[in-house]
Amino acid sequence: MEQQEAKKDTAWSRFMAWIDERMPVTETMQYHMTKYYAPKNLNFWYVFGVLSLVVLVNQIVTGIWLTMSYVPSGEEAFASVEYIMRDVEFGWLLRYMHSTGASAFFIVVYLHMFRGLMYGSYRKPRELLWLIGMAIFVVLMAEGFFGYLLPWGNMSFWGAQVIVSLVGAVPVIGPDLMEWVRGDFVMSEITLNRFFALHVIALPLVLVMLVFIHIIALHHVGSNNPDGIEIKKDKDENGIPKDGVPFHPYYTIGHDLPAIVIFLILFCGVVFFMPEMGGYFIEHPNFERADPLATPEHIAPVWYYTPFYAMLRAATFPLFGFDAKFLGLVVMGAAIAVPAVLPWLDRSPVKSIRYKGMYSKVMLGLFVVSFFILGYLGTIPAGPMATVLAQICTFVYFAYFILMPWYTRVERTKPVPERVTTR
Amino acid sequence: MKFLLLALAVSFLAPTLAQAAPSGDWDMERFRPNLHDKPSLQRGAQLYMNYCWGCHSLDFQRYERTADFLEVPHEVFLDNLVFTDQAIGGLMENAMPREQAQNWFGAAPPDLTMVTRVRSETWVYNFLRAFYVDPLRPFGANNKVYPNIGMPHALIELQGVPNLVCAEVPANGRDALTGEAMTEERCDVIEVADGTGVMSAEEFDQAAYDITNFLYYVGEPTRVERERLGVYVILFLIVLLVLTKLLAREYHKAYH
Repeated sequence: MEQQEAKKDTAWSRFMAWIDERMPVTETMQYHMTKYYAPKNLNFWYVFGVLSLVVLVNQIVTGIWLTMSYVPSGEEAFASVEYIMRDVEFGWLLRYMHSTGASAFFIVVYLHMFRGLMYGSYRKPRELLWLIGMAIFVVLMAEGFFGYLLPWGNMSFWGAQVIVSLVGAVPVIGPDLMEWVRGDFVMSEITLNRFFALHVIALPLVLVMLVFIHIIALHHVGSNNPDGIEIKKDKDENGIPKDGVPFHPYYTIGHDLPAIVIFLILFCGVVFFMPEMGGYFIEHPNFERADPLATPEHIAPVWYYTPFYAMLRAATFPLFGFDAKFLGLVVMGAAIAVPAVLPWLDRSPVKSIRYKGMYSKVMLGLFVVSFFILGYLGTIPAGPMATVLAQICTFVYFAYFILMPWYTRVERTKPVPERVTTR
Repeated sequence: MKFLLLALAVSFLAPTLAQAAPSGDWDMERFRPNLHDKPSLQRGAQLYMNYCWGCHSLDFQRYERTADFLEVPHEVFLDNLVFTDQAIGGLMENAMPREQAQNWFGAAPPDLTMVTRVRSETWVYNFLRAFYVDPLRPFGANNKVYPNIGMPHALIELQGVPNLVCAEVPANGRDALTGEAMTEERCDVIEVADGTGVMSAEEFDQAAYDITNFLYYVGEPTRVERERLGVYVILFLIVLLVLTKLLAREYHKAYH
């Protein structure tokens, strides 16, 4: 059908021919969309990549409009956010879409990453794809952190103060490094201005470029699937994978479009009816202007950092001549970075959790449970019980990775079918 | 999957529960705002401007928006509730110099535009009703919800003089023999001296309700519009979902 249309000598086809001679538009469309063959058994877990793209666009568009009215100065920042909330037409909507979008971004990205863990999407030949994804995750965390300072509320201020002071735990150069990051002796307008620059220009640029190469890498190796079978190994006489279907329109319209609408219903439910999400998406003390003299009763980072924050606080004793604070920083850094080496930790003959043995399933389950518990612990004030629990969960979190070379090799796996299965 | 959803549900519920927790020995009574009760909001605005605004500005809220939402004509609002030479479009700022205020009170009285969002409306409602006479405090007043607060009881002429007295109050549990509810004697119960205030206890509770309701509105003046618009957006998306589902089904058929 497509070819017939192309043969017709219409104004449109002549126009496209003119374009294609000068720029490979049709070819690119085919490579990435209409002739990009995705496994036909992709399930619910495969929508979160597309959804993170939707959220990225939302963040960029609402961010541009917020920047039009936001004033990045110590005197004006807080008032300008309230100005947006009250005096700018639909400013409240833009602001809530942006603040809810930040949390939504982490929800979909965490689920996207969990999908990768379940189905072994990091395994050969997708190691690089996974590493680029990890880079996106780290940049996203930085982007969220810098953005959180901008409303210049009291939690913005003190949250950033706590995180920046972590840098001071680095041996020898710590205090100087901290001053260099802040650009001042205390958190100040100078810090706000540089965080603003990083949040609206530097990191979004990096993020968009990383997302672009993430997709380039993905379309080169092809999507993994819930069975962990390489569909490219079984092609028909035309060179099309037997278990593949064209990404567009089969997945774009047949799969992703309704998923995006369902996501938007949930997203708008939050934006319009519970934008603060009980103090989780916008923390209560952040409706108070930053005050260097009044610390909030309890400083907690936004929920998406809390698992890592809990691991940071779990280091309570000095070791190997380093103090606890520095070790906490190392543990947190390691917790964020360790998933990057997954492709080389997993020694299982199969990719997907469907065919892996009992050990892998138990470990993945424990990993998820410990991640949730850590996430909760990071939101509450530290106490003796909470600290012990956080230490246990930190141990489980790392055990999932460190023991992987062992438990993926010794367990009994199930045979992987020749062709993908649809359930 | 079920575990994920459960964990999410629990983590979202946790803060809502935490917010309602009692403060000190004061049992927090839950506040239920009503932004459609315009007379309440009007009374709240009147009380706020007369009793609170002199010290506690509303720096981010404008007179005009307030008057429009409260359905008060601009002239009436300007004549009765605007005590500066501000125009109707102006911000509800007061004339208290911050530095001097700091000298007078030890800390400058905070702006209260978003107080219900920082502390919750339930907190504000209970706070207003929790003042009591305390000669040891510099302004002669203390507060059950905000112990050792550095301000006078601004509504004392309305409420009357709230003294701490000893009284029998309900305690936990029931008497094992009679089955009657237990009481205990406590000497930190607030009792308003008879005939000292212009309002009855019910009237004063209503006044506290109205002020809190007004502050709840001021905290997020776009709330009613947000929720109204939200209904239409969600309804539109549900229709869109049905259409995209039907479309998706056609594409599924084509490949199976």
